[in-house]
Amino acid sequence: MASVPRSFLLLSIIPTILILCADFACCNTGRKTGDGLDTDFSGFSVPLEHSFQVDDVSRFRMRGALQLRGGRETSVSLSQSQLSEEDRNTLKEVAAVDGLYKIRVPRVSLTDRQTERQMDGYLTAFVRACSLVESHLSDVITLHTDVSGYLIGVSIVTIPGACRGTEVEDEVDLEAFNTTLTIIAPTNAPQPETALFIERMDIEHEKRGKPQEQKSFFAKYWYLILGGAIFLMASSSAQPSAGGAEEQQS
Amino acid sequence: MYPPSLVVTFTKKSSVKMAKLTSLFVISLSFFCISEAVFEDQVGKFDWRQQYVGKTLFAHFESNTQSSKKMFVATDKNIFASFNSRTGDLLWRHVDKTGPEGSIDILLLHGQDALMVVGDGRLLRSWDTNIGGLNWEAVLDTGSFQAACFVAIQDTVKLVAVLKKAALSLHYLSNGHQKWVENLPDSDAVQYQAVYSGGEEEVYVLGVVPNSHLTIIAYSLEDGEIIKQRSVEASWLSSVESSCVVVGQGVLMCVDPATLALYTLPIQAEETPEFSQILLQSLDLEVSPGFQPVLVSSQPHPARSPLSEFFLQLGPDHHVLLQLNADGYTIAPLRDFQPAFLVSFATTGKKTVAAVMTPKNETACAINLFSVDSGRRLLDTTVLFPLELNGGKPHALYVHAFLKKDDSVGYRVLVQTQDHALTFIQQPGRVVWTREEALADVVTMEMVDLPLTGTQAELEGEFGKKADGLFPMVLKRLSSQVTLLQAWLAHLWKLFYEARKPRGQVKNEVTIETLSRDEFNLQKMMVMVTASGKLFGIDSKSGSILWKHYLENVQPNAAFKLIVQRTTAHFPHPPQCTLLIKDKDTGLATLHVFNPIFGRKSHIALPALPRPILQSLLLPVIDQDYAKVLLLVDDQYKVTAFPSTKNVLQQLQEMASSIFFYLIRSDQGNLSGFRLRKDLSTERIWEVVLPTEVQKIVAVKGKRPNEHVHSQGRVMGDRSVLYKYLNPNLLAVVTESTDTHPERAFVGVFLVDGVTGRIIHEAVQRKARGPVHFVHSENWVVYEYWNTKSRRNEFSVLELFEGTELYNSTVFSSLDRPHLPQVLQQTYIFPSPITTMEATLTEKGITSRHLLVGLPSGAILSLPKMFLDPRRPEVVTEHSREENLIPYAPEMPIRTEWFINYNQTVARVKGIYTAPSGLESTCLVVAYGLDIYQTRVYPSKQFDVLKDDYDYVLISSVLFALFFATMISKRLAQVKLLNRAWR
Repeated sequence: MASVPRSFLLLSIIPTILILCADFACCNTGRKTGDGLDTDFSGFSVPLEHSFQVDDVSRFRMRGALQLRGGRETSVSLSQSQLSEEDRNTLKEVAAVDGLYKIRVPRVSLTDRQTERQMDGYLTAFVRACSLVESHLSDVITLHTDVSGYLIGVSIVTIPGACRGTEVEDEVDLEAFNTTLTIIAPTNAPQPETALFIERMDIEHEKRGKPQEQKSFFAKYWYLILGGAIFLMASSSAQPSAGGAEEQQS
Repeated sequence: MYPPSLVVTFTKKSSVKMAKLTSLFVISLSFFCISEAVFEDQVGKFDWRQQYVGKTLFAHFESNTQSSKKMFVATDKNIFASFNSRTGDLLWRHVDKTGPEGSIDILLLHGQDALMVVGDGRLLRSWDTNIGGLNWEAVLDTGSFQAACFVAIQDTVKLVAVLKKAALSLHYLSNGHQKWVENLPDSDAVQYQAVYSGGEEEVYVLGVVPNSHLTIIAYSLEDGEIIKQRSVEASWLSSVESSCVVVGQGVLMCVDPATLALYTLPIQAEETPEFSQILLQSLDLEVSPGFQPVLVSSQPHPARSPLSEFFLQLGPDHHVLLQLNADGYTIAPLRDFQPAFLVSFATTGKKTVAAVMTPKNETACAINLFSVDSGRRLLDTTVLFPLELNGGKPHALYVHAFLKKDDSVGYRVLVQTQDHALTFIQQPGRVVWTREEALADVVTMEMVDLPLTGTQAELEGEFGKKADGLFPMVLKRLSSQVTLLQAWLAHLWKLFYEARKPRGQVKNEVTIETLSRDEFNLQKMMVMVTASGKLFGIDSKSGSILWKHYLENVQPNAAFKLIVQRTTAHFPHPPQCTLLIKDKDTGLATLHVFNPIFGRKSHIALPALPRPILQSLLLPVIDQDYAKVLLLVDDQYKVTAFPSTKNVLQQLQEMASSIFFYLIRSDQGNLSGFRLRKDLSTERIWEVVLPTEVQKIVAVKGKRPNEHVHSQGRVMGDRSVLYKYLNPNLLAVVTESTDTHPERAFVGVFLVDGVTGRIIHEAVQRKARGPVHFVHSENWVVYEYWNTKSRRNEFSVLELFEGTELYNSTVFSSLDRPHLPQVLQQTYIFPSPITTMEATLTEKGITSRHLLVGLPSGAILSLPKMFLDPRRPEVVTEHSREENLIPYAPEMPIRTEWFINYNQTVARVKGIYTAPSGLESTCLVVAYGLDIYQTRVYPSKQFDVLKDDYDYVLISSVLFALFFATMISKRLAQVKLLNRAWR
């Protein structure tokens, strides 16, 4: 194999890989942050609203405020109040009829605050009210952004997520939300790993580099030839005794 | 037998036989040879291909002799092809670029040369009609194409004139060189539309300033000098192209629908000419109200002037044959044809005839020949053209006239119908062949199981019915067993009978009556929907068309969705397919319900659909007649159920809270989910918005509902299990960035749960753009895109795993899956662009999967999914070897033995359809585009089938020999024991 073009290729690929790694690093830091309360309020806040009705008609009310901070390190935190007595009862009623608990956040951009272009519309998600009740209001809310920092989706799940029909006796369990909040930016899909592959090939080539002793054909395959010869001899000697085995005449 | 240029790997089959004779290691070698690929004697055994050309725009016959066999067509699919007119088979075909770049503007035929202007006047090509080779090609100057004609010098055709918007050029027929090109004077104001040459020393160009005057320019053939230029007052004329023809000795004949008059003008006249008017009333002719009259003339030879006889069409089915008298001013009517659908001139030798198609009765049309000079009907020239019940109406008539031995005129005729079918008819009315050219544009298809045979059905029916006592049931069972025995005996007899015949003769014709399911369900009915609105039922084994049904009034831009509502499994209920036809402009939809086996329209009450339909979904809910319920969501988010019986509505009410669906508006980047309410209204429950300023949604795919996954997880090297994330509601949403700069362009892949709207995974492929082709199946998504930086095509695979423990192993619910799956991804370089992609599908999902990739070359590549596995290790370890993982290599190989269609390339492959068969190892594949190709693939080899050349004789003789040997040795042993006992 021609080794010159390959090393040339390797050289041309190294810079791209370095850039890629940088991208990955930046992206990962963007992903990791977000949990925990961030006390830096230089960001902005958007309302988080929820709706739970026995007749399943959406009537959104304030649940809390999301503190968002864009830029290089996106972070998010949530401040929310406790559920009132009335809300708790409604939630239990909704859970009893297998209604839905919906949340929504307005569409905003995390990076582009200067333009302040209010995008109309909301991002909505739902979870079964019974699972929220049975999990004692422990939910996981995830905000998804796209490459340019727009919020594109929100999701809510409860842990555990199942509805087993267990009664929640203690009113205190339904007072405060135990929310885990994350913000997820898109991951970068990998590129073909040419550099590593070429590196590995080179190493293998070096290993194999020592030229093996060139054995002659007979030295290499003497056992096969011997075996073949014996087989042929055995079959030819067996032939007259078998008597009229005409198929063996190839 | 096969063309020498064949790039195929036919594995040598004889090696198997040889292996028996030679030593052991040869045997092992030959086993490696029997890998994939087709044996040479298997070519065409399990596969077939049909080639099409599309809707005919121009058709010409070779020469006017009775023995000529060739005809030439140019089509709207930018194809120039030649047929054998005896069989209808393609002799050769040239497939040009798609779109306006390759569109054929005109096809002219002279002798051995076929002249073609391509791409709105971009290229002028000359083809050798004998072998279909290109004689020459000339690049024309810019400007849109208007007209072209042959030009003769001293009675031989030597030149071709091409008229463009602002220039006229003459080219030599022999080599394509330009003789001269001249700019047309005042081309901004004058629309030049026609060019005429009658064999004189001049070429005439006719242009019009609409509703003002007509311009005639005569160019000298020699050097392109303007000899004459005049303008004639014609305030009534708006277009030369649509309302004027040249007849007789260079007389321009125009028809004006407003004044209902014919106008004549001698083109070559020396003095300033004027139009002379002849009122149609004076000829006792009347135009149908609202109809634009059309003139049809004929110029049999370019070196001579056109005929002085011409047709005037006065209504949709009213034509008149007229003759221009020698004085050039007066017109004599020769014959009135009413009713007459189509007329056409045809010339052979010195004789010119007119063919006229008249309706005869409900099921046939009659075509007759008339003498042009006198308008008399020629005797014994009637040909009947059968009209099909569900076919299109005749659209165009192409006549091939020839002189018989007794000097009378004989003819064959090619009729093109509205459904793009071509029918070739010979005297006295024998249909020689029919080509269904609508199949060149298949939009969607389904494969439906064939019904059981009568006896099988009877046996099945026994289980379906309610019990009516023990004794009758026993009787029934006995009788059905007897019929089965009979059928089996008949089958044996047939086998025995056919075995004595030579192999070639045993070819049983498939007809709609003999259709029945085979043992392994390998033969199915292919229901194909074409863009023209014609439906076809094709037998998948032989490729013969078993039924066809033309839907009239289908808009050319309609979208189709074919749904199988009831399969063949519910005897005695017939299978039922529903075609949803949606007008793309208005969004209004209509339903066509039919039986997919016989093609007959069902007489089921259809729901009224007054509002545009946004989404249709097939529920697993079945009504009392075993038809699955189709839900149609309109633009007010109201739901219509079909069928909407009481039973169905009741079931829907019970299930309403668990019926979720999603809608996607790609123009707003909006994905939203809805839940059904008990009153069949809906509520919006989730919403995801992808800003259209950043990216636009290009495609969304769910999983195929008939897909089975056999293995819930993958066993890893350390014997632990990695469970797959098998979410049946998962949607793969692919976006492309609006920014097309190569550095900033990206392709986005979103995996969204269709019930909860939860974004399961969001990945961005940087420096990439479409077109993106992708397959979404099991727990993986494979997509292909163009890498703008490295300028190559790349494949990427995403696999989703739940991890080493299942959250809930009994049932999957989107509402109860709180943990996000692990996502693994790997990317590879693919050394070819692709046009379409699909995954194989088998009955139970045990067989490993392959990806079927349609390449622009027409090959279909069967790429093992094993190569697209994100767990391919970069460094080989003990565990990865244990798991049979292929070490990572950045480039995906393309092996020629992976081409499942060997040399049977499928031109412009547009889609691949896969269907499971009754054999787990076998998947049926149909690739469609311009051509249709059907075959079977065996992704894990034929592990459940004995080989074709399995040696039954050897095996059975060995068995018998062993059996007798044991018998004899047992007997001998007994004798020996007895003897020993005596001793």
